[in-house]
Amino acid sequence: MKYLYFIFKNLTRKKVRTSLTILSIMVAFLLFGLLRSLSAAFDGGAEIAGEDRLVTIHKVSIIQPLPQSYLAKVQALPGVEKATMANWFGGYYQEQKNQFAQFPVLADDYFDIYKDLIKLPPAQLENWKKNRVGAVIGRALVDKYHWKIGDRIPLIGMFPQKNGSTTWEFVIEGVFDAKTEGADTSGMLFHYDYFDKSRQFGEGTVGWLIIKVKDPKQSAQVAAVVDALFENSFAETKTNSEKDFAKSFAKQFGDIGLITTLILGAVFFTMLLVAGNTMAQSFRERIPEFAILKTLGFSDITVMLMVLCESIVVCVFGGVLGLLLAKIIITGAAVDFAATLPGLGMSWKIMTSGLLLVILLGLITGAAPAIQGLRLNIIGALRRN
Amino acid sequence: MASPASVHEFASGVLVNLKHISKTYKKGKELVPVLTDINLDIKRGDFVALMGPSGSGKTTLLNLLGGLDSPSSGELIIAGQRIDQFSSGQLTKWRAQNVGFIFQFYNLMPVLTAEKNVELPLLLTNLTSKERKAHVAAALDLVGLANRAKHYPSELSGGQEQRVAIARALVSDPNLLLCDEPTGDLDRATADEILALMQELNQEQQKTIVMVTHDPRAADHARHTLHLDKGKLIQE
Repeated sequence: MKYLYFIFKNLTRKKVRTSLTILSIMVAFLLFGLLRSLSAAFDGGAEIAGEDRLVTIHKVSIIQPLPQSYLAKVQALPGVEKATMANWFGGYYQEQKNQFAQFPVLADDYFDIYKDLIKLPPAQLENWKKNRVGAVIGRALVDKYHWKIGDRIPLIGMFPQKNGSTTWEFVIEGVFDAKTEGADTSGMLFHYDYFDKSRQFGEGTVGWLIIKVKDPKQSAQVAAVVDALFENSFAETKTNSEKDFAKSFAKQFGDIGLITTLILGAVFFTMLLVAGNTMAQSFRERIPEFAILKTLGFSDITVMLMVLCESIVVCVFGGVLGLLLAKIIITGAAVDFAATLPGLGMSWKIMTSGLLLVILLGLITGAAPAIQGLRLNIIGALRRN
Repeated sequence: MASPASVHEFASGVLVNLKHISKTYKKGKELVPVLTDINLDIKRGDFVALMGPSGSGKTTLLNLLGGLDSPSSGELIIAGQRIDQFSSGQLTKWRAQNVGFIFQFYNLMPVLTAEKNVELPLLLTNLTSKERKAHVAAALDLVGLANRAKHYPSELSGGQEQRVAIARALVSDPNLLLCDEPTGDLDRATADEILALMQELNQEQQKTIVMVTHDPRAADHARHTLHLDKGKLIQE
């Protein structure tokens, strides 16, 4: 502790250089925080996806519908505890920028299948079941649009109604909340029956089936049985675990994880060169001073640790600033992107990995000058003075 | 480790005892002798000037006395301890407790104030912050710079910087003060002030001082003058 003052004073020796180094490290860790949070948001669905749920889609693509009749056949299969279905609606509220997820579902089953992730008060569920145009919304939507139970919400959907209108009206009958951290509450659920009977085309079809298996260990076998059941039919299926489904859905936007890793890899490689060179230069300029410290009785190890500490302090200062700034930005953005990118947030896991990376960067960039400090020969160094 | 003979010398008032000290450096494949068969006793409380032409081995001898380097052969006993047998780590600890260094170009840390520079050797001790401050204040007072404690080296004159360096050398109360051309970078008047201060430290604080110098006027301030030529002690 008693050396900290000296270490701090050494860092203020060339204020501009130290500030620029801290700034560059700060930018690197700002990027780290932003990109990792973004990547985590894309992968978020997969993270919390249930091990005991399967998703069945059309073998060609998720945008190809499946016959609604498949549901009953799947429900009858051994190993299936329960099955339900959902469809994409793709509507927006008032303006196109106000997009969020809406799914026509079966009210009787949906909350039962997802009871580990979301919860709806039983009274609200009952009210919803009674109202054909009723809908339930997630807490994030309440926060964003300040809707409340009883509100009549018009949405403009991509499915035209039989009367030609693309405006669909819903009455909010309930608000569901997350039961697990990261569970998505930015969507709206409404009755499949209302949707199916009102739409102009595609009646009797569904987007995907959701299957809850009796034994998660049998998931792969159940998936194979489902796909075998519809093999050689006009709508062959592809059944995956919900986790794989979420992953492949996220990959529609590209492999965000790989992209962010590549960008961050390039950033940190550059940062290693920049910060490492700065630390080495800073050490070279002070070789006679380190020799004096050793002359006064500072041990080789003490000198080495002092050099290493300088490097770590610079990296920690810049890194923590960058991570905090990223946290502020992400927290702000999470509100705006609650509907389009639910789960956006900078988790403690990202923060902790960032802090570990900061220390690692400090250790690596300070390693070479610290070893030079350890090996510094007093007489040779004093001669350079 | 103190031998019986070295204990005897220590008890008889000899602080520094060199027996057949030689030092050679390797230059390529060639061995270059820098010091040859040096035998020397320096008594506790002495003030010795070490003179000689460039390359005569003055600084090498000073480095050996300060434990910055080890002799190639011979015995080097200081305060009853065979420091030629010390490991590098032992020498580092020994330096911190026994030797104060004063350099020609002061070698202060530019980012630290005078008092923080003087405090540096005390960081290696177990003294509390309060105790360190008291020692620093006393050392700065001794060199007449109590009112410059908060000044950075760049805000001090050359003479004042050297006084701070002397305070730094004194603050841990070492047995031996080693000075390498301490007035070499100063004008005559300031040099005389510094030499007078060193004389005062020798006479009033009983500090043992070994000073390397080219300047005969500086050497006049010492009690004894030793001459080195081509690595050999030639006369007193």
